Amino acid sequence: MDFDDEGSNFELKEIQTLSGHTDRVWSLAWNPATGTDDAQPVIASCSGDKTVRIWERSALTRSWDCKAVLEETHTRTVRSCTWSPSGKLLATASFDATTAIWENVGGDFQCVSTLEGHENEVKSVSWNASESLLATCSRDKTVWIWEVMPGNEFECASVLQGHTQDVKMIKWHPTMDILFSCSYDNTIKVWAEDDTGDWHCIQTIVSGHSSTVWAISFNAGGDKMVTCSDDLTLKVWEADIEGMRSGNNQVLWKHLSTLSGYHDRTIFSVHWSREGIIASGAADDAIRFFVESKDSVVDGPSYRLLLKKEKAHDMDVNVVQWSPGENRVMASASDDGTIKIWELATSSN
Amino acid sequence: MTLGLINANPIVHAKKERVARCEDSHCYFVRDIRDPEHPYSLEQLSVLSEESISVDDKLGRILITFTPTIQHCSMATVIGLCLRVKLQECFPPHYKVDIKVSPGSHADEEAVNKQLNDKERIAAALENPNLRQLVDECLYSNEL
Repeated sequence: MDFDDEGSNFELKEIQTLSGHTDRVWSLAWNPATGTDDAQPVIASCSGDKTVRIWERSALTRSWDCKAVLEETHTRTVRSCTWSPSGKLLATASFDATTAIWENVGGDFQCVSTLEGHENEVKSVSWNASESLLATCSRDKTVWIWEVMPGNEFECASVLQGHTQDVKMIKWHPTMDILFSCSYDNTIKVWAEDDTGDWHCIQTIVSGHSSTVWAISFNAGGDKMVTCSDDLTLKVWEADIEGMRSGNNQVLWKHLSTLSGYHDRTIFSVHWSREGIIASGAADDAIRFFVESKDSVVDGPSYRLLLKKEKAHDMDVNVVQWSPGENRVMASASDDGTIKIWELATSSN
Repeated sequence: MTLGLINANPIVHAKKERVARCEDSHCYFVRDIRDPEHPYSLEQLSVLSEESISVDDKLGRILITFTPTIQHCSMATVIGLCLRVKLQECFPPHYKVDIKVSPGSHADEEAVNKQLNDKERIAAALENPNLRQLVDECLYSNEL
């Protein structure tokens, strides 16, 4: 998609503000099985108020309502939430050192499993594409891989050590069972399983960011990823996807581009849309959008700022997530306790 | 918590005559925060001074620098937490606060500054009841 052709006037339209959480909202996740003709879009959000909220858009009114508040399970901040690829389960990671697994049983969300083991705050949780594995990471510097067993049982398959500090986020590759982690130690690590079934670190990107790396996101093709950092930059990386597919664990991720000079405070979140638009959420309350620039020549693709939405929220933006269903619809959440639904539209002059 | 005091003999200064600074309604009482280890205020221990705080009301930003009493002060992160909590009380919620140790005042300056400004770490620390209690004691102590 060539955004240069679409007339350069984009605007971020606010569709609705979802209020209800009584503390900062750290993260949110769109249910991947919803947002189609049959199923109305659903979002899960998690907060410093120790709860998880489920929001659904009404088919009739097109307005978002809070359908459920998942409380009295986590005893501290819920930091991260993510749906399984089938949309049937929701995993929530908490500062209480546990990860809870929830299932929607006839409209009622029940906690069907609690994963314990981390020594302190769990920061992030991620399901692999086939839903056979779950990964969690923590301030205890480790990454845990859990096998999903029948009957909502989870068994720890591996405890991965290597990061020297707090691990902020983990994310499975969109198609392959390769795990990525980013940390307060400024590095990104890539983890894969060898022939004997052991997981280990196959790459550590050390000379990338110069401060905490907060998030990772892959493009639709899975051959590129973008990371965001406290060092005020976004970095784009690429790898030989065919090599990876043929099981070559020696394939390395290489630096492609650095987007600097656009942010003046910590970037907490980054998300790459199916179409190729990179959205970022930062501590200056703004949301920014970047696309590949067609003007780039010699050293490969570069990226340009498509739009900056100042004061998207009243406080830090902690997360930005594109809708899996509708085109150019996005959700963000903030320290201001709200979630906002947006549409990136081309403005008619 | 350590068994002995980190710095058993801090230099204590007299409390300065507070000249009324009311042209902006800012709350400068961060200086009265009690040191985590001694019954003196951060101002009395020269950890903070008037020059320590700069406020930009237009942007809604605050920068505060403080000088730990010794180079290897392990209480630096606690002092930082106290400052942050106090400032949150005194300023509207949208103000952004950056806290640093004054240049050259701490052996692990970069590492301390990083921890003092990691929002997620701060949030987790303030959920720790022991740490929260220590912060509350420093902020609300009536011994001054």
